[in-house]
Amino acid sequence: MDFSQQMQQLFTFNNMKFLFSGLLTTLYISGVAIFLSMIFGTLLAIFRNMQKGILKILATIYIEIVRNVPNLLWIFIIFLVFRLKSTPAGIISFTLFTTAALAEIVRGGLNGVSDGQKEAARSQGLKESQIMLYITLPQAFRSMLPAIISQFVTVIKDTSFLWSVLALQEFLGKANILMGRYAQTGQVFMLYGLVAIGYFIINFALSSLSRWLSRNWAKAY
Amino acid sequence: MLYLSTISWLQEGPFALYRWNSLKEDLPLFFHAFLYTIGISLGALALAFVLGIFFGILSATKNKGAVFLSRIYVEFFQNTPLLIQIFFIYYGLPLINIVLPVYLIGILCVGIYHGAYIAEVVRSGIGSVPRGQSEAAASQGFSYWETMFYVVLPQAWRMMLPPLTNQLVNLIKNTSTIAIISGADIMFTANSWSSMNLNYVPAFAFAGILYFILCFPLAKWARHMEEKNKKAYSR
Repeated sequence: MDFSQQMQQLFTFNNMKFLFSGLLTTLYISGVAIFLSMIFGTLLAIFRNMQKGILKILATIYIEIVRNVPNLLWIFIIFLVFRLKSTPAGIISFTLFTTAALAEIVRGGLNGVSDGQKEAARSQGLKESQIMLYITLPQAFRSMLPAIISQFVTVIKDTSFLWSVLALQEFLGKANILMGRYAQTGQVFMLYGLVAIGYFIINFALSSLSRWLSRNWAKAY
Repeated sequence: MLYLSTISWLQEGPFALYRWNSLKEDLPLFFHAFLYTIGISLGALALAFVLGIFFGILSATKNKGAVFLSRIYVEFFQNTPLLIQIFFIYYGLPLINIVLPVYLIGILCVGIYHGAYIAEVVRSGIGSVPRGQSEAAASQGFSYWETMFYVVLPQAWRMMLPPLTNQLVNLIKNTSTIAIISGADIMFTANSWSSMNLNYVPAFAFAGILYFILCFPLAKWARHMEEKNKKAYSR
């Protein structure tokens, strides 16, 4: 079979739709994981920033243990030890890991807000929880958004593990399934190229946005 | 001991004691995997360093072609998953009769992937050294590369060290990816050992401890250096 025939066989509407649905799964899993991680990560960052107490200790232990062990290990643990279905296992394992990474990003953002802001708020009679919610977090969010978007890129890249470990049909998984059906050398190389380009377009757009934000928007205050 | 044996979850189930005992018997297997991970990490680190410094310096030149080349390298590898690169070399290249051993695939892929991150660290490190330094070196007759290696990089080193160490932590964690193509590292050993005897809990707990031993001291040291730099440079 020559190259153009191979490509004709591969580039059908249904095959491309099949691949694209994998890309949507990748974005769905990583989107949900990053959203949940932002909530839990912010909580952990606030806990770790406390002066003392059990919450500070627990948050510190969680962050240090999770961050210093590969993401892949958490996927294995969630899947094999807790026996979850593949989609929840994927979301939960990425949320577990990304929460720790985001907690450190959020903490960096919180520590970057100057003390004068908090003192001014206190002098106006705001409670500590109000200061966090209305004064510190909004300012910190602005400076940490670029780093959060970079973390999003990392999550999108790492969800490619999910096919190999959980047989979850995300982008790389769908490409691997197609490679089983279209196993000519040209077709396999083309599929790897397509997946690489697909990931690249999304991640490059996101990391460019992150760079643009950190130059033009994050340092407004 | 009598009390211990009356607790049922120590006798059966995923946490049972006998599972931990069988881990103790197969400890040499895990030790070997530990060394394998360290070996792959060192090889990949060496490659990443060479590539990172080369492309980092390229991107700090005024030659537009060189800058463009290093941008392509950095953006491509930072924005595509490591696993695709590994799959391509492991499953794709044999189709055109190029078969590489798994450890070499690990070193190559992880090295090239992290080289892209180190290039960015080197680039911003070079940017943090005042221009007057390289101008002074140029006025003394240093060539471009001499200026880089004798004047700029030694000064940038201090700023680069914490992010470089963080990259090393990520690199060690990312070597676990080769478990997917059956490299005999910690992750693969934990997975294959426990799929034989179903001792998932001891296997993955111990694998986690081994990675933690490698990564935590490095991460801690990087943070310490960062704090020190912050104090040294803030007036």
